[in-house]
Amino acid sequence: MDIYLLEAIINGVLLGGVLALLALGLNLIFGVIDVVWIAYADLVMCGMYLIYYLNAELGWPLLLACAVAIAWVVALGVLVHILIIAPILGSAPINQLLATGGLLFFLQSFATLLFGTDFRNIGVRLPILEVGGIYISSARLLAFGVAGAGAVALYFFLRRTFVGTAIRAIAQDRDIVGLMGVDQRHIYLVTSAIGGALAGLAACLLILQYDVHPFIGNTFGPLLFMICVLGGLGDMIGGFVAAFVMSQIIAIGGYYFSTELSYVFAFTFFIVLMFVRPRGVFSR
Amino acid sequence: MIAGLALALVALPYFVAPYFMHLLIQILLWGFVYTSWSIMGRFGFVSLGHGAFMGVGAYVPALLWNYAGLTPWIGIPIGIGFAVLLGLVVGYPCFRLKVVGHYFALVTLALSQVVMLSIVAARDVTGGSLGFTPKAVGHSWFALQFPEKIYFYGISLTLWFGGLAVWYWIDRGVGREALDAISEDEEAAASIGINVIREKLRVTLISAALTALGGAIYGQYMMYLNPETVSGIAVSLQIVFAAIVGGNYSAVGPTVGALLTISLNEGLRVAFGTNFIGAANTIYGILLVVFIIFMPRGIVGMVQDLLSGRHRGKIAFYSAIRRPSSADQ
Repeated sequence: MDIYLLEAIINGVLLGGVLALLALGLNLIFGVIDVVWIAYADLVMCGMYLIYYLNAELGWPLLLACAVAIAWVVALGVLVHILIIAPILGSAPINQLLATGGLLFFLQSFATLLFGTDFRNIGVRLPILEVGGIYISSARLLAFGVAGAGAVALYFFLRRTFVGTAIRAIAQDRDIVGLMGVDQRHIYLVTSAIGGALAGLAACLLILQYDVHPFIGNTFGPLLFMICVLGGLGDMIGGFVAAFVMSQIIAIGGYYFSTELSYVFAFTFFIVLMFVRPRGVFSR
Repeated sequence: MIAGLALALVALPYFVAPYFMHLLIQILLWGFVYTSWSIMGRFGFVSLGHGAFMGVGAYVPALLWNYAGLTPWIGIPIGIGFAVLLGLVVGYPCFRLKVVGHYFALVTLALSQVVMLSIVAARDVTGGSLGFTPKAVGHSWFALQFPEKIYFYGISLTLWFGGLAVWYWIDRGVGREALDAISEDEEAAASIGINVIREKLRVTLISAALTALGGAIYGQYMMYLNPETVSGIAVSLQIVFAAIVGGNYSAVGPTVGALLTISLNEGLRVAFGTNFIGAANTIYGILLVVFIIFMPRGIVGMVQDLLSGRHRGKIAFYSAIRRPSSADQ
């Protein structure tokens, strides 16, 4: 096999890790609250800017900046729920989607106002590893490892704790759960916070690989929704698998053609699969 | 009153400065595109794919003009044909397989990304992200290029009236009740003998064709196309938002949305200057969220409610928020 193709495939798997992490967050929010946060990728952007600001401008240590950024995105997630989603929980789902779309405009423009449209990075570049002639970015390897650990932690949280069980129960039947003595509003807040935490974690991993700019959310946001829908909205394992399928299409398409064309393939693949399995590939 | 308004719109260009002419043309053209979207959007078929139709409608005639010298009079219908084909290829399976709600919004979102990225990827032909400039030949009916704004004012005014006419035609047509029924409950509508797929496809294709026409004229007027400004997620969201802010359930609502968003954007741009890039859209974003939360029926919808006396105290007001409209699903 062509060694460069192998390299593309491995990089695709590593890219899939972060996408899978974000897909988990988005799917969790959808499954529990029944809302699509169109601005989810832009919360990641907010986290990346805070890390940039604390680390590159104020000179904080990177790990501290990352920790603060995760807390910041958690707070943002909770705020999004309280300020935007909670007031319109009763109205049409599409209105909730559009309200977070308004948030997308706001966050992107506000970031432009604060930082301008320049591409910025923290100036930290992790070394490139060479394994048997294949070059692998250690930043991506790290991102993959941390994303995997985050996914496992989330799994145990959902399986082993009371709140986790309540979250899974509410995704199955939101009316009955109230009768069982679970406060829905509390669970919604916890879910939004977890969604924010995953976005914050992704921000820490992405800032090591990419320059941040106000519209970075547009580069992987749409892809993220496609991944979630492909796996079945609310189906976390499906979303996890779909993240790797999509990242492979992009990696291999990018190797043979160009990056834009590989995204065209990925989105076309998504549209076609929606017609084959309208409720997600892994739906029963 | 309507005749008076029409007369005022026809007479307006003789009194205003070129800059305001430019704004008026933009408002009429975008108002036409937003109206085209609401033709299907008002029945709850929320498409985030209209950026795709607009992009195809704008790029096809411009490419044919530059590379084949084909007049836009033929190029624009070809572009519309492609947009309708695209609407058919995506719309038919969607409606057949009952892809609705979130899923429909996200499938159409993917469509608009596909078109935008294809334009960027074909950069050898389309100029990619740098944009595309149709060859200018000065004043020409053959090339549909007019440096004098009065011509495009006339064209966009005609288009806008045409868009409203189509809106009313569907509103008063035989399919109206069927579409209302579908938007409330597809299964029930099908069970009483409504051909759900045909009715949905009909409004979708009309909407796609008009949007493509709007994109084509916008390209002819601006004489510059950019994938980011005529296609993709940003344009799709812009269309949906303006239609909703203005009022999705009345004929003039989307136009009010265009009037409001464009004048707001220009006003903020003039107020803040270029020192604060993004300030205008920051405020716009906040307004959007506020609008969707508190006025889901848009400005026109709220005014109608106030006029018809449906605002009996606060309770009625809040119940209107909670339960915007049956057609809202």
